[in-house]
Amino acid sequence: MSHFLDRLKFLSRVKSTFSDGHGAVVDEDRKWENGYRSRWQHDKIVRSTHGVNCTGSCSWKVYVKNGLITWETQQTDYPRTRPDLPNHEPRGCPRGASYSWYVYSAQRVKYPMIRSSLIDMWREARRTLDPIAAWASISQDPEKSRRYKRERGQGGFVRADWDTATEIIAAANAFTIDKFGPDRIIGFSPIPAMSMVSYAAGARYLSLLGGVCLSFYDWYCDLPPASPQTWGEQTDVPESADWYNATYLMVWGSNVPMTRTPDAHFYTEVRYKGTKTVAVSSDFGEMVKFGDIWLAPRQGTDAALAMAMGHVVLKEFHHGGKSDYFRDYAKQYTDMPMLVLLREHGDCLVPDHFLRASHLAGNHGEANNPEWKTLEIDATTGDLVVPNGTIGFRWGEGKVDDGAKVGRWNLEQKDGGSGREVDPLLSLIDCRDEVAGVGFPYFGGEHDELLVRNVPVKRIALADGGSALVTTVYDLQLANYGVDRGLGGGNVAASFDDDVPYTPAWQEKHTTVKRELVIQVAREFAQNAHDTHGKSMVIVGAALNHWYHMDMTYRGIINLLMMCGCVGQSGGGWAHYVGQEKLRPQFGWAPLAFATDWSRPPRQMNGTSFFYAHTSQWRHEKLHVDDILAPTADRGRYGKLSLIDLNAKSERMGWLPSAPQLRTNPLQVTAAAEAAGQDPVAYAAAQLKAGTLAMSCDDPDDPANFPRNMFVWRSNILGSSGKGHEYFLKYLLGTQNALFCDESDTVHPSEVTYREQAAEGKLDLLTVLDFRMSTTCLYGDIVLPTATWYEKDDLNTSDMHPFIHPLSEAVQPLWESKTDWEIYKLLAKQFSEIGGPYLGTRKDLVLTPLLHDTPGELGQPLEPRDWKHGECDLIPGKTAPNMTVVERDYRDIHRKFTSVGPLLDKLGNGGKGINWDTRHEVRELAGLTRAVTEPGISEGRPRLDSAIDAAEMILTFAPETNGHVSVKAWEALGRITGRDHTHLAVGREHDKIRFRDVQAQPRKIISAPTWSGLESEEVSYNAGYTNVHELIPWRTLTGRQQFYQDHRWMLDFGEGSCVYKPAIDTRSVAPMLGRHGNGEHELVLNWITPHQKWGIHSTYSDNLRMLTLSRGGPHVWISETDAAQAGIRDNDWIEVFNLNGTLTARVVVSQRVPPGMCLMYHAQEKIVNVPGAETSGKRGGIHNSVTRAVLKPTHMIGGYAQQAYGFNYYGTVGSNRDEFVVLRKMKKVKWLEAPRDAAREG
Amino acid sequence: MNGLHYFVFGIYPYIALAIFILGSLARFEREQYTWKSDSSQLLHRGRLRLGNILFHVGILGLFFGHLVGLLTPVAVWDALGVTHSFKQMVAMVAGGVMGGLCLTGLIILLHRRLSDPRLRAVTRPGDKILLLWILITLLLGLSTIFVSASHRDGHEMVLLMSWAQHIVTFRGGAADFIVDAHWLFKAHLFMGMTLFVIFPFTRLVHVWSGFGSVTYLGRAWQLVRPR
Repeated sequence: MSHFLDRLKFLSRVKSTFSDGHGAVVDEDRKWENGYRSRWQHDKIVRSTHGVNCTGSCSWKVYVKNGLITWETQQTDYPRTRPDLPNHEPRGCPRGASYSWYVYSAQRVKYPMIRSSLIDMWREARRTLDPIAAWASISQDPEKSRRYKRERGQGGFVRADWDTATEIIAAANAFTIDKFGPDRIIGFSPIPAMSMVSYAAGARYLSLLGGVCLSFYDWYCDLPPASPQTWGEQTDVPESADWYNATYLMVWGSNVPMTRTPDAHFYTEVRYKGTKTVAVSSDFGEMVKFGDIWLAPRQGTDAALAMAMGHVVLKEFHHGGKSDYFRDYAKQYTDMPMLVLLREHGDCLVPDHFLRASHLAGNHGEANNPEWKTLEIDATTGDLVVPNGTIGFRWGEGKVDDGAKVGRWNLEQKDGGSGREVDPLLSLIDCRDEVAGVGFPYFGGEHDELLVRNVPVKRIALADGGSALVTTVYDLQLANYGVDRGLGGGNVAASFDDDVPYTPAWQEKHTTVKRELVIQVAREFAQNAHDTHGKSMVIVGAALNHWYHMDMTYRGIINLLMMCGCVGQSGGGWAHYVGQEKLRPQFGWAPLAFATDWSRPPRQMNGTSFFYAHTSQWRHEKLHVDDILAPTADRGRYGKLSLIDLNAKSERMGWLPSAPQLRTNPLQVTAAAEAAGQDPVAYAAAQLKAGTLAMSCDDPDDPANFPRNMFVWRSNILGSSGKGHEYFLKYLLGTQNALFCDESDTVHPSEVTYREQAAEGKLDLLTVLDFRMSTTCLYGDIVLPTATWYEKDDLNTSDMHPFIHPLSEAVQPLWESKTDWEIYKLLAKQFSEIGGPYLGTRKDLVLTPLLHDTPGELGQPLEPRDWKHGECDLIPGKTAPNMTVVERDYRDIHRKFTSVGPLLDKLGNGGKGINWDTRHEVRELAGLTRAVTEPGISEGRPRLDSAIDAAEMILTFAPETNGHVSVKAWEALGRITGRDHTHLAVGREHDKIRFRDVQAQPRKIISAPTWSGLESEEVSYNAGYTNVHELIPWRTLTGRQQFYQDHRWMLDFGEGSCVYKPAIDTRSVAPMLGRHGNGEHELVLNWITPHQKWGIHSTYSDNLRMLTLSRGGPHVWISETDAAQAGIRDNDWIEVFNLNGTLTARVVVSQRVPPGMCLMYHAQEKIVNVPGAETSGKRGGIHNSVTRAVLKPTHMIGGYAQQAYGFNYYGTVGSNRDEFVVLRKMKKVKWLEAPRDAAREG
Repeated sequence: MNGLHYFVFGIYPYIALAIFILGSLARFEREQYTWKSDSSQLLHRGRLRLGNILFHVGILGLFFGHLVGLLTPVAVWDALGVTHSFKQMVAMVAGGVMGGLCLTGLIILLHRRLSDPRLRAVTRPGDKILLLWILITLLLGLSTIFVSASHRDGHEMVLLMSWAQHIVTFRGGAADFIVDAHWLFKAHLFMGMTLFVIFPFTRLVHVWSGFGSVTYLGRAWQLVRPR
């Protein structure tokens, strides 16, 4: 009734009493309880997830109440695993559960925002000019363009409307295409797996224009190049449930409970099954407490630890002959029996190329690709044989598309020529002709730089009449690891206590880990693998991969797994989890994303080389090529080349891609060729050779070679992954920065043009799409408001679990935001209207590198030759990039964007070297999404109107989500391997997963040959499983897992076999010591930037809840020892700086951190609680303000089997952990709250 | 005397009381979630404990002092043998002490609220008006001590008592009693009455609950409710 009157019922209120009057039953109004009841009432629950680079890929219930998104809870309805295996559900961590905060937060971008100086000039120009002329008048006027460029990052956004914003962008794009070329339009967006349609929207728009998509996995340094090197596989890993199948589990540099929270339960559960766990981490990470043993190597020395374990295993199990299982595995699944040529170097021999059929008389009977077929010795006959499965058998082998099983690209132990069974000989020790001293480069510093060890060798006759010494990879590995095989000679260890690389005693000096522990863990690891046939597993993380010499650590660990026969075995192998790299329905998605249904090939560029060149980090390079060359290299080959020179070399040889590609607008190149009556490809090749046509990579600071327009969506590159943040600000954006390096003491290139005057402000237009005002948005010229993850329809997959599930629209995009799909669709429309009539139909010349998984990967088989130096002819697709003429009608961009193009009918679909007919699926999709009825080029084609239509396209064309396609794909592979694989998919042939299905429940995907594991009711997904159990070769030179890498550059940089390499010297601290003294003690510490704890995965730390739980702003962890030395107390303000820039933060003093390093969780936004820096007088930066990317030449290799370019598959990577910084307490904390004035402008 | 005086001291008291009672009732009925003291203890401690206790002891003392002093019929005092001059002296001393405590507490609380940025951020205009209102009323009340000190016979006090008692017993002519009262008294009375007017719109409503909580002393330890 009434609250007040109820209170007045003095006499009737107490109905009765109990417990001697201590309790009373009262009659009161209970309506107030409804407040608590309705707290959890809601109007609907919608299934969505977080489109973030988190491998979690957790399905969430999003609650909507009164039209508002209120909160989210974990979904628990994943399909079950199987008996005796824990389930994947529930998934979702407290960080993800805080996401709904963003939807209505003050961080939300609600309207299109444009930099005020730009929109003023635009409105002024538009009074008299059409959009394209207006853009030209602003962007090409140095004074006007400087006006808005120098304001980037310093506020000044005003609210605009969609028409104006998209008009500017479309005009800028059209003008850029006409004036400079479509390859000057760049897009950066990471991790399609986290929201495939949103990624595809932008990539489709760019690809239709001829623009460039940048790769990200390599730039993030999450791509482990060791994986392509060893397996020819980008990254393939077990699902987390397979951890539960392991019986010995090492967790190495991966903070599983913190970064893989929803999967960590498998790690804890498997311990109850009796599995022993070993944690390897230099700091006390959260996974350490689950370890039965904790190994804490000094940061960056993990390779030494892995090498020492490898030494123990090789010595006891291989040399000691303890395991038949290991021996048989090595024979069939690794390159260990393959023969390697030895070449003379000084007083000794050094390992050279794999012996090829082409080295032998008559190509050893092999007519097809003899230079790409390696050899082994048959133990039964002692003959040299060319075994099945090497990469030469993959391409051009017979008629592969007539349906007949002619393939010999498989791992059956047979002679490829005769087909008879062979028994590969692992070691020459029993049939050796002699014992020879072979030199192995050593980089550890305290021993000779070339360690000569005795190896059993055989002499064989070569085709040229000469002879050569060969040995096997197995013999090389035993020598490389320093195992004493009784062959005499030095540098081998009879005992684990000998200080010889790579014994347990030797590693102690580098890692500080006790040798007994190393021996114990190695023995247990191997013994377990022997007993269980491979159920020893190593979970590895980015902690190891972000070092310059990450390959050595990774290969060290992978070698250990291969020696023990763990790869491809359930419960065993390499489990590398960094980033949500597994886009399960990849080949249903690719035609959508890169518009290969309309035109091929798309332009793609490796992010690291792009940013290295265009943010001018190369101008500040301090690492000489000489510093990293092996003693066995022919130094003359590298002369005075710098890293950027090597990258340019790689680009022109077709190894790495280019963007921009040619100095001349490619539209003009084709026009000029046609005017001259020549084929554009032949014309361009001739012009390149003559030097009248230049590649852009030769002169990055030439305005003709600038990237001009850039789109950033689904990314916070300037607040997160942008290594060399201050270089971005200075050179790419042309705005205020805190770069201290003045280019003195830097390595100047000798081939790439160095201009005295550096170019600044290269980008004319930076468009950022985001739902929150991130650090990157602050630097944008135009910010477009996107829908949040609870306001759009999309798809999501992960490597951690086998399910595909959706993002769904719980409420319509709020304020004026739109989904990425709708934004790019709108842009396509604006572009067609503005740029279409202006540009009309043009012919574009597209350069593509020699791609992995295409015949192009058989580039130059032995010595790399550079056409520019006259070492060979320029042959596009062999010694230089492929060139393709692509016709683009710029009036049809929107029509093409919104329909499925005809190339899928004509050329089929596929990937990873297999191709299948997909006409049936085109018809199927047209039935689902209806066909376009409007007249024009898209009439009658399947319609792609909504994001759900786009999702249906992915699901229809992908083998993983369409059983019919899966069977076709396995059949296609079977034609190359000569084996029947369709049994893996026939059981689910009629399964079709559609968007409404995944909205109802996450669905388990169907096994497909695009992946190396299986989805089945018998085994958990595990990488390499089909290689081992279906005998499908790894996509490497030898078709096997490779211990040995024989590319000339790999050998020259000392990475033929795995070795230990300490961190490089980035030379960025010494000049800064004492230069900006403030009287406080200056600490010099190693700069480690691991994964966020208080942020939604690797970003989104500006969330109020996360800030409340952490320090409320940027913070850096240091050890108690270092803190005491510098007089720093917990929560003090500190500044961290070096030549690259500076940042300010609070300090966390913790026992967790060992002395000598400091940790800053990456991606702490610049927008929250960041005071001014004392050194620069400007606002402090982000964690990447003190880093700079340094390229590694071995990552530039291309056109060489597994070392061939693929988007996000291979290429340079953005390492950042070798960096040191100066850290000191701040004297004065200034907040720089005053309005912007001239003095503080860039 | 003019009409303003009769309005302020004859009619306004009823308006004030009506707003006070009906306003409180309406807020209690409709805005249960706003019925609170809005304590800032969790945001910032400062000298809250000292200021808070001083203020509350003082203001409760003043409240009950006024209640008893003004509304007890003169006949009762006479029957008890308390002389007017003695009662006035007690009122001056007790009121002075309580007022002093209250003033000290209030200044501490005001300083705390306005000097701390976190508290300033959560302080609404209504909070500031209320505190200042109490401060002015209090200062006016304290300054009347000096007026009273100049005539200690208790006569003026009796006039004020008569006014108050006539008001609460709905007798006419209440305003006549204080026509000649010192302006300080009149100002204090006006401010005091207006405090009742703003009462329902401020955090002062927690005073009701404060008195209501006295019933806790007599209730059973555990209360349960039937469906």
